[in-house]
Parts: sequence; C-alpha cells; structure tokens
Amino acid sequence: MNHDFSSSLLAVEGLTKYYGRHTGCKDVTFQLWPGEVLGVVGESGSGKTTLLQCLAGALTPSAGRVIYRSARGEEFDIHGVPEATRRRLMKTDWGVVHQNPRDGLRMRVSAGANVGERLMAVGARNYAQIRGEALKWLTRVEIGRDRLDDLPQTFSGGMLQRLQIARTLVNGPRLVFMDEPTGGLDVSVQARLLDLLRRLVMDFGLSAVVVTHDLAVARLLAHRLMVMHQGRVVESGLTDQVLDDPHQPYTQLLVSSVLQA
Amino acid sequence: MSEEEQTGTQNPEGSEKAAEASASNRFGPVRGYNFAYLDEQTKRMIRRVILKAIAIPGYQVPFGGREMPLAYGWGTGGIQITASIIGPGDVLKVIDQGSDDTTNAVSIRQFFRRTTGVKTTEKTVEATIIQTRHRIPETPLSADQIMVYQVPIPEPLRWLEPREVETRKMHALEEYGSMHVKLYEDITRHGRIAIGWNYPVLVNHRYVMSPSPIPKFDNPKMDRSPALQLFGAGREKRIYAVPPHTTVKSLDFEDHPFQVERWDRCCGLCGADDSFLDEIIVDDQGTRLFVCSDTDYCSQRRTEQAAKDRESPESAALADRLQEMAP
Repeated sequence: MNHDFSSSLLAVEGLTKYYGRHTGCKDVTFQLWPGEVLGVVGESGSGKTTLLQCLAGALTPSAGRVIYRSARGEEFDIHGVPEATRRRLMKTDWGVVHQNPRDGLRMRVSAGANVGERLMAVGARNYAQIRGEALKWLTRVEIGRDRLDDLPQTFSGGMLQRLQIARTLVNGPRLVFMDEPTGGLDVSVQARLLDLLRRLVMDFGLSAVVVTHDLAVARLLAHRLMVMHQGRVVESGLTDQVLDDPHQPYTQLLVSSVLQA
Repeated sequence: MSEEEQTGTQNPEGSEKAAEASASNRFGPVRGYNFAYLDEQTKRMIRRVILKAIAIPGYQVPFGGREMPLAYGWGTGGIQITASIIGPGDVLKVIDQGSDDTTNAVSIRQFFRRTTGVKTTEKTVEATIIQTRHRIPETPLSADQIMVYQVPIPEPLRWLEPREVETRKMHALEEYGSMHVKLYEDITRHGRIAIGWNYPVLVNHRYVMSPSPIPKFDNPKMDRSPALQLFGAGREKRIYAVPPHTTVKSLDFEDHPFQVERWDRCCGLCGADDSFLDEIIVDDQGTRLFVCSDTDYCSQRRTEQAAKDRESPESAALADRLQEMAP
C-alpha cells in the first residue's frame, strides 16, 4: 500500500453531540493518519462511545464534520453524503468491532458464514472461495480449522471476540472502529487478543480508533492518545508521552488511579 | 365439498352448460353485495397499487388491505387482487397445493361464483385468472392468463432483519449480499441449498422477491412467463408483481447452481415424469403412491391416455386399471 502521509485518512472538526440538555461530546477535533491507531480513553460517561458512534456514522452529530478520504483520494463528508454512500463505505472501507461480540455477530449461523458475510455483501458468489477465505481468517485469529462450521453459540467469550475481528477484517477495511475490544474478557485472554490485534494492525497497515477505559490496552495498541473528560478532549499526544507525563489534572488522576499488580 | 361443487365436477363436458346454468340459478350473484364483494373505490385503489407493482417488478407496494370474509393466512391478499381484476367475462381457476378440490380452493371458487356469477373451471387452459397458493400449473401458461398468488410472508429479508424500516432500506439500496448467508449456511450444513419452497428470486436484475410458498420446482416457470403474475399478502398488506416476459433468477452460488428437485419415479396415476409429485400413504401397511400434485394436469394426461389406449385393445386392460385407481 502506498501511504500518502501528507493527507489524513480521517479529519474531524468541532464534532459535538447533544442529547437534549446533556452533552455527549463537545468540540472534538483531530486527524487520523493512514496506519495510525488512535486511543480514546476516559472514565465511563465521558463521551467516548458517543464520539465513536458519531465517527462511524451511527449517530448524527449536532455540529461538526467528519471527513473521510478514500484510497482513491475522494473525500466524503460522512454526515453529508447520501446514506447509500455511507452504507457502502461501511461495508467496504470501514469496520466496527463491538464491545459485546454478540452485537456484531450472527449467532445463529456458523462461524464460516459470519466471516463470509462481508465478502458476500460486496458480491462474492463462489462458495468454495468464500469458505477458503473464511478458513484463512479463522487461522489468522487463532481459531481452530475444525470450528469453521460450528455455531458461535458454542464459542467462548475470547473466541467470539476473535471471530468478530475476523468477520470485520475479512474484506480488508482501511479503518476500524473498536469499542472496548477487550472489555468483559479475563486478563490472560485480553493479553492474547491484544497481541493478535497488534499483529493484525501492523500486518495490514490498518488505521483504527480504539475506545477503551483500560490504560494498559491503550498503551499496548495506540500510537496516539486522546483523553476525554465530560465530553471534551482534555489532553492528547503520543501515548507514552500522555501516560508517562500527564499535564492535565484529570489525566494525572486517571493515570495515578491505575492499580499496580 | 359442497353438493353443487360435486355436481359441477361430475358432469362430463357435454352437459357442462346445463350444470353451469343450474349452478348460476342457485348460486348466481347474491343480492346486496357489489360485483366481486369489494366496493368500487377499494377495487380502484387496489388496481392503482397493481399498476405500480407492475411498473416496478418485484417491489412490494403497500395497499389498504380490507377485511375479507376469510381468516388471514387463507388467501385474503390473493382474494382481494382477484376481486379487483375479475370481470364478468373471466373464467376463474383456484388451486391449493396444486389441487382444485381442497377446502380452500373450493371455498374461494364458490365465493367468486356467488359474488360475481363468473364461470369457474378446473382446467388450466380454460382459465383467464388462476388464483393459487402453493403451485404454478404444470400446463404452460399463456399471455391471456393472470396468475394470482396468495402470499403469507412477502418480505424475503425478514429472516435476517426484523425491522421493516431497515428491510425497505436494504431493498432501496440493493443490499442483498446477506441473502447468500442463508444459502451458504445451507450448503455448509446439508451439502446443498436446502430451501425447498419460497426460494428467493431476483426479479428483473433488481429486486429480491419471495415467490410465496411455491416449491422451488416451480421457480423456473416464473422466468419470462408470458402470463402476468400478481402477488397479494393480506396480513402484511403488500402487493407485488412480475410482468410478462420478465427475468426471474433464483439466487445461488457459482459453484452450487440452482437446481430443482427430481424424483426417481413417475406419477402412479398418469405416469408423468416431469411433474411435481406428492407422496401419499395409501394403506396401513405404509404403501406409498407418488402422484402429480397438479390434479388438472394428471387427469388431463389420463384422459388422453385412455383415448389413445381405446384405439389399441391390448392396452385397454391397463387403461381400465388406471381408471380404477383414479380418485
């Protein structure tokens, strides 16, 4: 892939979302570059998920713009383009990894069908090829080949999350939104999943926005970090910089409140 | 089956006129109802919907469905379409499970005979309107015929998306890829696409349509059919259509092409090897008989064979046996 570092993949300007009198997120501005992983951290209720949903087009912001630049250099104002374009981008260029894998998977069809769905959605009509691709991706996310035809209901929590990741990445999206990808998993499974995510992000040159309340996850995955508090971005910068030398009082509080094992 | 119905079917062709006359005397249009039960405004509304449905092949057009003197699920959608398009000169055939003499078919046929006084028939070739639930007749349709289907669930995407707003959006944006997830799952589990009836089709290269519960055996008959095909869903209040000579393609995979079911035997009554067969258990020992599900097609073939066999005496015995086996 030929990266053009002079142009950002995603440009967000003054993104604001109100829920009636309440503020979801306010005045968020940032740029995301190709191949970059941006972490968004903050306590629960700080507007992380609202921000992510506005970025992914699931929520319409009250103000502000989200500009996405496709591989061919076309610019899309995510909330300005027709819904048809937005939904096409969702299927081809973007992926969303939900916190609860059950939200992102079809629980009543086999793992193979789950992984193959995005391929079929963009026009794959050869059963053997779809199945082959699904098998390749299951191996990539460390799920045994013999589980290809099993229902996700028979999978463990960690396997479900890995299956969801395979399903999302199967047709090579450029940008992935992850909402607490390791939430609800025990620590050893988290570590394996993080390892896997790091490898996949590197191997495929993915860009990603990762929302998490877990600073350890942010440190492992994210190149850059945004700290949110009460709907606003209070601090941003390189991950190590923000975590090792927090400037804002809230960030200092956040970093100091991590339990040391 | 009512007494009158039996009189109608038992009369040989010669005295059909007399039977028809006596039937219409006793069952002629009932007083106090408009022609074909529905009022004229309702019929106009449904005709406008039908025109729109024909203009956009495969697209489900909502309509103001009326209460009919029939329970939902028994053909209220089809009956409203038939009521809107039927005229005094029409000849109506109603089939249920391919058969002309099941309760539902008999009642609907009688309903229209009483509310319109039109001629009804069991012969596919004589009919101008054929209302059906489960089958398309084996006898090829012609350009002056209209098929009316009774549809229970018009939305082919329903199984994967319960929200109506979302399924309409998927139709509008042609997001049909997920339909193949079901086909994929079938091949994975059963080694083949196991949908036997209501097999989803792509109409005119645009809309995915649910062809009502006809067996997939009948899907190829819909493709470029010279007859107009109208689909009515009474409970869901949707009408859709396949205009004459429109392509209807059954969904499939390149390496698992669409196939119709085959039987390794022929019809036990008429010997047809090209028709859809029903399996019937005929005694307590579990003896099975495979017969044509299209009763008109079967009896037509048997009549032809009997005529042919009477010319050759050596096979007359066989013909007699076939005649005896006839229900």
